[in-house]
Amino acid sequence: MSDVTSVLKVQSRDVVVPGEVLAVGMDYLPSFGTYRSRETIRAARLGLVTVEGKVLKLIPLSGAYLPKRGDMIIAKVIDILMSGWRVDTNSPYSAVLQLKDASSGYIEKGADLTKYFALGDYVSAIITNVTSQKLVDVSMREPGARKIIGGRIIEVSTNKVPRIIGKQGSMVSLIKEATGCKITVGQNGLVWLEGHPLMENLAVETIRKIEKEGHISGMTDKIKAFLDSRLKETKHFDEEQ
Amino acid sequence: MTYTKRFDGRKAFDEIRPISAKAGVIPRAHGSAVFTIGKTVAYAAVYGPRELHPKFLQNPKTGILRCHYNMMPFSGSGERVKPGPSRRSREISLVTEKALQPVVDLSQFPNAVVDVFIEFPQTDAGSRCAGICAASIALADAGIPMTDLVAAVSVGIVDDKVLVDLNYDEEAYEEGPVADIPVAILPSTGEFSLLQMDGEISKENLLKALKMGQKAVAQINSVQKQALKEKYAGQEADVADSNTSGGEYHDE
Repeated sequence: MSDVTSVLKVQSRDVVVPGEVLAVGMDYLPSFGTYRSRETIRAARLGLVTVEGKVLKLIPLSGAYLPKRGDMIIAKVIDILMSGWRVDTNSPYSAVLQLKDASSGYIEKGADLTKYFALGDYVSAIITNVTSQKLVDVSMREPGARKIIGGRIIEVSTNKVPRIIGKQGSMVSLIKEATGCKITVGQNGLVWLEGHPLMENLAVETIRKIEKEGHISGMTDKIKAFLDSRLKETKHFDEEQ
Repeated sequence: MTYTKRFDGRKAFDEIRPISAKAGVIPRAHGSAVFTIGKTVAYAAVYGPRELHPKFLQNPKTGILRCHYNMMPFSGSGERVKPGPSRRSREISLVTEKALQPVVDLSQFPNAVVDVFIEFPQTDAGSRCAGICAASIALADAGIPMTDLVAAVSVGIVDDKVLVDLNYDEEAYEEGPVADIPVAILPSTGEFSLLQMDGEISKENLLKALKMGQKAVAQINSVQKQALKEKYAGQEADVADSNTSGGEYHDE
């Protein structure tokens, strides 16, 4: 560092708590989840520190999902409106699915909307807009968006969703291949899976494992080994039957 | 003067009762904590941010913080505490809210609410302070953006002694003047976010008491930090051996 008085007080990937001093001196820069008060940079929430050159930021370890444009989420229909549906997004804010965004086909005005989506149905949808007041619009006229039928839905920590998906979806496709389940991971922390009941259980168990140990490097290999050993067990079990 | 030493065997007048804290004790809550100071036990559970109803309570500029202080019926000295809201619990809920307000930043959550429920299975004076300590751990555990962990302790005088962290016997001392001053402090700046008083105190003694309070608060703050780090420690260890491969973090 050019200025000897600047001191980093934490290491990259330490867990820090609100108010904790991350660095002293003007050489470091506060980014997401941190703030500067005079000479010091402090944590503005609970999280893992990352040091990128001179920039200090936090990766949240907990907290609610906040809707973001472009995210694919799994949502539940909670109300039927005049011209659309209100869906629960597993976040502080519910979203509206407008009639015109609901399907690629034409839905006539005044049609019985429950024929398309009834109360309690789940859909996968894309967030198309979020206003400053957190009014959220979702659309189903997008690739991958559909009504969810069958299978089961589990809730995971929204901060662990990137770990479950993996780089370019490597982790989730690994689970899909090993268990033969169909899996959809919503950014809002809801995961839908469908397959053989035993395989569904295994997939759920795997996802829980990733959620718990999400930050280990070489996680993909570890999960692969885990799935292989569990699959062998099930095979034996099937043969005994 | 008959009050010459602490009633519960503490060595010094600036000594606080034994403290302990644990984060994540209520699995269904978004964040939770238990904070114990002597015989006072405070549980805090945080729910939210979540939608706020009725609608007229919503603030379109920011999310709001709502605190609920409650003593359980069996939490007193053996007399049943009448359950349900009371004048006292409403006041304490309000001052707890105001003590925490300066650190939490809910501007990302307009129209939403963060609920903090604080329950006491056992009390022995200093409950509002214990409640604030538990609540700030629980809020951090819930991932709420906040600039600091508020720590609180009571200070005051008993007879002619200035002291910190009064227990019930000291608070109820009858043979001389007593002042009980709960304070909440933001450790990073030293600012006070709660200052109440029951009794009388001279200016000199007040300043002396507040100084002692600031020292005690530093101890409490380190216990709060420890509680949070312990809960998330697994992740820290796991991360340590992932240091070799960078770029494990990508946001999509």
